[in-house]
Amino acid sequence: MSGSALFIAVFLACIVEAVEALTIILAAGTARDWRSAITGLFAGLLTLAVIIAALGPAVSSIPLGGLRLLVGGLLLIFGLQWLRKAILRASGNKALHDEALIFQTELAAAQQAHAERRGLIADWYAFTLSFKGVVLEGLEVAFIALTFGSNQHNIPLAAAAAAAAVLLVTVVGVAVRAPLARVPENSMKFVVGIMLTAFGMFWGAEGAGAHWPGSDAALLVLIPAIGLYALAMVALFRTKPVSVPVPAGMATSQGGTH
Amino acid sequence: MITKVRAFGAFWYDFVIGDDWRVAVGVAIAFALTYVASRATTAAVWWIVPVAVVVLLPLSIHRVTRHTKS
Repeated sequence: MSGSALFIAVFLACIVEAVEALTIILAAGTARDWRSAITGLFAGLLTLAVIIAALGPAVSSIPLGGLRLLVGGLLLIFGLQWLRKAILRASGNKALHDEALIFQTELAAAQQAHAERRGLIADWYAFTLSFKGVVLEGLEVAFIALTFGSNQHNIPLAAAAAAAAVLLVTVVGVAVRAPLARVPENSMKFVVGIMLTAFGMFWGAEGAGAHWPGSDAALLVLIPAIGLYALAMVALFRTKPVSVPVPAGMATSQGGTH
Repeated sequence: MITKVRAFGAFWYDFVIGDDWRVAVGVAIAFALTYVASRATTAAVWWIVPVAVVVLLPLSIHRVTRHTKS
């Protein structure tokens, strides 16, 4: 169960962030210069790889109890942030994430910026826009993959989930050459928020010395319980009729970071 | 230089703590309570963190919706 949950959580989180990064890269390439945008993409991926390579051994060297407390705490804080924003969007208190709209906004901003050449980079604006998009969107996913993987002693599975998501978004992005507005991002963020919160609670409490009833099986109760509680929050804070988010692929409405 | 250090600190603060520091503090307190209680008693202490989540999530959402409405 934990292995598949690890894969799903990392895969969904990575899909969401990759779709957002793709929108930024498309805007930089379309409005400015494709070569600079793609150079920025690879520079961003390289930076993320260096960060992961540096943090990976450091995270893995922490004793299990301390690791679970630290990682659980951070995952729980991340999870509650994702979940809160997902609930605010689903309840009509925050605008739904709209890739098409974001693309148009980024495109307009990119078209107005002045061109500047720096060294081998023909268009510095396109390069930095693309680079920042990849690093900022990718950093949290890299952290999630690293912490989930190290806690489950299965970093290769987390890396495979992340790579599969990036590959999928890249292939689809190259095929359609447009923002992936049909990806049910809001629903996916809802699911990721639930999973991060559940695993953060579970690992963090274990790291702090608690023993869950049923051990790992407690996650089978925690995940649906948090999901139901989050849906209840959507109903409680709803301000106008909106579609209630359901697991990815079933929603019709869509949803920066988180 | 100071501006860059501040920007660096602000980035990591935003990355880790997010836009509601109270949630991060609440989570830290819940884990600290769990740690202390697990060493002070043999009773079950796993429920402390779920209770904290049940309280923190609506409070954080309410804080945003209250600002939105006002």
